[in-house]
Amino acid sequence: MTDTTRVTPSAGVDQTGPTASALNAESVGAPPLLSAHKVRKSFGAAPVLKGISLDVAAGQVMCLLGPSGSGKSTFLRCINHLERIDGGRISVDGELIGYAARHGRIFEMNRREVAKQRGGIGMVFQRFNLFPHMTALENITVAPIGVRGLAKPAALARGRELLDRVGLADLAQSYPAQLSGGQQQRVAIARALAMDPKLLLFDEPTSALDPELVGDVLDVMRALAADGMTMVVVTHEIGFARGAADEVVFMDGGIVVESGSPASVLDHPQNPRTKAFLDSVM
Amino acid sequence: MPNLPPTRPGPEAAPRNDPDPRNPRVAVLPNPDDIDAVPLRHPWRWVVAVLLLLVFAGVAVSLWQNDNVNHPTISEFIFDRRILDGVVLTLVLTIVSMAVSTVLAVLLAVMRLSNNPVMNALSWLYIWAFRGTPLLIQIVFWGYLGLLYARITLGIPFTDFSLFSVDTNTLIPAFVAGLLALTLNQAAYSAEIVRAGMLSVDEGQYEAAYSVGMSPTFTLFKVVLPQAMRVIIPPMGNETISMLKNTSLLSVIAVLEVYTVATQISSQNLRQVELLVVVSCWYLLLTSVLSIPQYYLERHYGRGNARTLPPTPLSRVRAILRPAPRPADPIRADAS
Repeated sequence: MTDTTRVTPSAGVDQTGPTASALNAESVGAPPLLSAHKVRKSFGAAPVLKGISLDVAAGQVMCLLGPSGSGKSTFLRCINHLERIDGGRISVDGELIGYAARHGRIFEMNRREVAKQRGGIGMVFQRFNLFPHMTALENITVAPIGVRGLAKPAALARGRELLDRVGLADLAQSYPAQLSGGQQQRVAIARALAMDPKLLLFDEPTSALDPELVGDVLDVMRALAADGMTMVVVTHEIGFARGAADEVVFMDGGIVVESGSPASVLDHPQNPRTKAFLDSVM
Repeated sequence: MPNLPPTRPGPEAAPRNDPDPRNPRVAVLPNPDDIDAVPLRHPWRWVVAVLLLLVFAGVAVSLWQNDNVNHPTISEFIFDRRILDGVVLTLVLTIVSMAVSTVLAVLLAVMRLSNNPVMNALSWLYIWAFRGTPLLIQIVFWGYLGLLYARITLGIPFTDFSLFSVDTNTLIPAFVAGLLALTLNQAAYSAEIVRAGMLSVDEGQYEAAYSVGMSPTFTLFKVVLPQAMRVIIPPMGNETISMLKNTSLLSVIAVLEVYTVATQISSQNLRQVELLVVVSCWYLLLTSVLSIPQYYLERHYGRGNARTLPPTPLSRVRAILRPAPRPADPIRADAS
């Protein structure tokens, strides 16, 4: 599950040749798992992202804060190619998102290749987006069985284990309509985890929840962070950002206004826009 | 509100549902806690029901006593061998054309919703052509295809090379022509129903499916279509019943379905009305039978949408015959 178990043996055992991450490790230290470079995106004539550059190292948690319309969610959707970027580049674990290099040229990926790439990047949505015609367990196992070709008994066992991990072991046979918002969101997290993603994206995971249900979801997310999962979280939960994030990024108007450790950005913001935003939400 | 001084105990503080001696209209209630009212009466329902019963009885009696209707003829032909064969052919035509047209409809709907401009235009053209001309004309057209192309040849266009060549009337007898006409016409209508169903599925479902690595095709079959079915099935039930009755149009190209058979018989014995009654009875029976699978399909694809589904007629009967050991056990959506 954790990235350390995956990276360490390949660095030590794999002697066939220098991998991209190994090369990076030599030059910059720890390789960033997610690297975004001058990412630009417009919807029609309206620019939404005006050159976002940021890196997330393996095992790190990054929280994206900012007023609505600042481009946080759009950026998150660009990371798993739900939106196509207009400029710049995004790579995850050394692979360009949406493009492949062949014979010295960059080609746009076809839909099958994009789908395969997305399997390694989990996403949790604001509105849960569980499949309403499947039980909680089916929601979790449908992709491992249908996309990865995992054997059904193994997938079911793993699905039950994941449900147990998010505290819903006894609700495996419930349909989403029979679950509360907080339970649905925890099933959605388990669904994303079932694909063993390298990176987990959260798009305002608690914004659609009743206040008393937020805590359960945040607890699951904190546990994931503690287990070493690499996460990018768009959130308005300042408390979560303070406690769980390794880095906090404040975005406004399609650019990164300020970034740094939670203590520096949240407690000693330098930029007046960050200050104004934090004053309004805290 | 929290800053109000504590109220002194006084007459206002008394609970409201105690009989108030100063208000006799409240005091006369025999039960102060619950309302024990006389239910509202609906006398006009009874009046209208009796009037309607009289009208129906009058029509029924006049039909029964009409000397122009020969009742023994109806009972003679209702289970006639030729009529029964016609009923079977009508059913086969309905089921095969609905099944094949539904597959075509899904294809057309996916093409219509795709980003591929060629597919999109092709689907639009198909629906425009087959929905824009009368079914009767399409049936006659397929029936007389031999007048347009005496032989059907498969080969490479604009060359003399041909793989095979057959006589049109051998390849497409009346039955096949009828089946083609019904299927191709129905596909155009069903495509719009399927498209509506697919549009009813939330955009977030596609995003969630893609985010776990599903391909567009896998997403279509596992996520989108099962949810679209809930919207698709009721109008498709309608279309099936329409189709059953539209098979009678195939009489113009002499396909031996039940209506064609009935007209053939009545042209010999001149009992037109009696044979129309016979086929109407069969159509009514078949449409009633065909609505049963719709009910169960709707239940199947409705799972996950209702918290608990109502019991089926069958499980209701079972519950009466054999009372459940545990009371109030809701029938789970996935139990059927």
